[in-house]
Amino acid sequence: MTIVAESIILPERRSTAGRLSDFFWRHPHVLLAILLGPPLLWLGLVYLGSLFALLLQSFFSIDEFSGLINYEFTLATYRQLLTDANLDIILRTVTMAALVTLVSAVIAFPIAYYAARYARGKWKALFYLAVMLPLWSSYLVKVYAWKLILAKEGILTWFFEKLNLLWLLDAWLALPLVGGNSLSVSYTGTFIVFVYVWMPFMILPIQAALERVPQNLIEASSDLGGTPAQTFRYVLFPLALPGIVAGSIFTFSLTLGDYIIPQIVGSSRLFIGQAVYAQQGTAGNIPLAAAFTVVPIVIMGAYLWMAKRMGAFDAL
Amino acid sequence: MTTAVLFDNVSRYFGAVRAVDRVNLKIAEGEFFAMLGPSGSGKTTCLRLMAGFEQPTGGHIEIFGETAEGVPPYRRSVNTVFQDYALFPHLSILENVAYGLMVKGIGREERRKAAEDALAMVKLPGYGTRRPGQLSGGQRQRVALARALVNKPKVLLLDEPLGALDLKLREQMQEELKSLQRSLGITFVFVTHDQGEALSMADRVAVFNEGRIQQLGSPEEVYNRPKTRFVADFVGSSNVLSADLCRKLGLKASFASLRPEAVAIAPPSDGALSLSGTVASQSFLGATNRVVIDVEGARIAVASPAARGVPPIGSPVTLSFAPSDLHPMEDA
Repeated sequence: MTIVAESIILPERRSTAGRLSDFFWRHPHVLLAILLGPPLLWLGLVYLGSLFALLLQSFFSIDEFSGLINYEFTLATYRQLLTDANLDIILRTVTMAALVTLVSAVIAFPIAYYAARYARGKWKALFYLAVMLPLWSSYLVKVYAWKLILAKEGILTWFFEKLNLLWLLDAWLALPLVGGNSLSVSYTGTFIVFVYVWMPFMILPIQAALERVPQNLIEASSDLGGTPAQTFRYVLFPLALPGIVAGSIFTFSLTLGDYIIPQIVGSSRLFIGQAVYAQQGTAGNIPLAAAFTVVPIVIMGAYLWMAKRMGAFDAL
Repeated sequence: MTTAVLFDNVSRYFGAVRAVDRVNLKIAEGEFFAMLGPSGSGKTTCLRLMAGFEQPTGGHIEIFGETAEGVPPYRRSVNTVFQDYALFPHLSILENVAYGLMVKGIGREERRKAAEDALAMVKLPGYGTRRPGQLSGGQRQRVALARALVNKPKVLLLDEPLGALDLKLREQMQEELKSLQRSLGITFVFVTHDQGEALSMADRVAVFNEGRIQQLGSPEEVYNRPKTRFVADFVGSSNVLSADLCRKLGLKASFASLRPEAVAIAPPSDGALSLSGTVASQSFLGATNRVVIDVEGARIAVASPAARGVPPIGSPVTLSFAPSDLHPMEDA
């Protein structure tokens, strides 16, 4: 040995950065407070605070004549929310959100399953690219693109025509409620665009959940006599459920709050998002707009509570 | 005697890798059969071929006389105890054990009773309401065993089931497994890389290397008369004598094996063979001392009784052993 240490303990560091890092090493809680403080402040004060202020608004009412807000505690706005016309909006939005969530889950599961179980190497990269790529382009561009695809003169009609299946499309559009003049002005169109736009938010959590299911559990089920259908029902699905619930929270709440898609593609009837937009903008009825935003919050709260009761988070 | 499992020239290739290469074996009903080998030797793939998780690239597999190729795992009366147990984390212990009966459509009450009996059999009565995450490794191992046995399989496959347990527990489980197998009369096929485990538990042992069976026989045969260099090395670290030493001892074969405990550090008595060398190293193993002797550059290990005392390192010694302990081997 040619190098002999002068002392066992090295001298204290002199630079500011060095001293600071030594200080943080001795007081890890200070570092944690510095790192977490600003985002917590933002979440706690700015975000939750303004949310609370918004909710407070819903307990005020608007003066019919002057259009000014009357800052007195009242449930009048909620009474207004529960009129038939507004309930109609709520029901329409919740039904749409539920259907979009259900169909997204059904379409997403096989894709996520393939990605989690079979895709390797470049196929996995390709999967991520294919799922994420739509998220990189503007949401408005995508929605307008869909309007063109779904229009009467659009490629979808052309496609049905070439396949001699135009009668099928017409029969669908002739149906009440889901039909219309063309797909781009029907609920069916709104539904298709919603499913398309939110699909990545369903695929990725399911894929993550499925990736965490060990292969040998599938083998164990099969070994014990479980057919593939039984293995899916008793092992794979329960273990993927937290992922499905996570994905459904995204698709459900995003559909509940969206006001652009139903405005561009769909009938002229309002969704919750559009109602909020109209009430706080043109109508200037902030209390009613606030009351409308309470609806998705309550629904999501109830949904999460139910999912927890059903044991969706047990495997977490 | 019925044949439980038959492998006729079975191969399983993964691309260019020959995981299992033209394996022939016949496992008798009620036998405790061990497949022993280092990792990557093909023993686990053989087990997976029996379970149906893998399909052979070539050859023919029969289970109780019925062709097994193309039969999915869920249509085989064969159950597996997985290496890491593979218990379902979202189900209770009772539901785990009753799983096989549940998917077969057996009634709730009947399968609860069968599962509780199975849990009692593996000495875990009353654990049914817990979750796999709440049990220790040894307990989980027993649950995995109960979950397989509750189906009354014709063949039970065990994939290194004791690998994750500590030594004391492992020895205890070895004995329990063996007595369980004797009382149930089920054919056990056991995969392990631990030669002590294979020798102490099995009726017959197949030693695997590079996808092929190197030797198949009773534990005594495999231990005392290794057929190849690999078996001599892998099963209990026999000394492998080189061609030079063999010639010196008047042996025709190019290699021969000599077990450490067959050698004594003593001058030869009548008819015994002898070699001389110097002590190279020694270590205390409890009941014996392991002494390595340098004989003309070759190292020969000797298991010398601890009571005998060991000559110091570097001192010249004479080794003696009976000619019958020297086993000629194939050159492999």
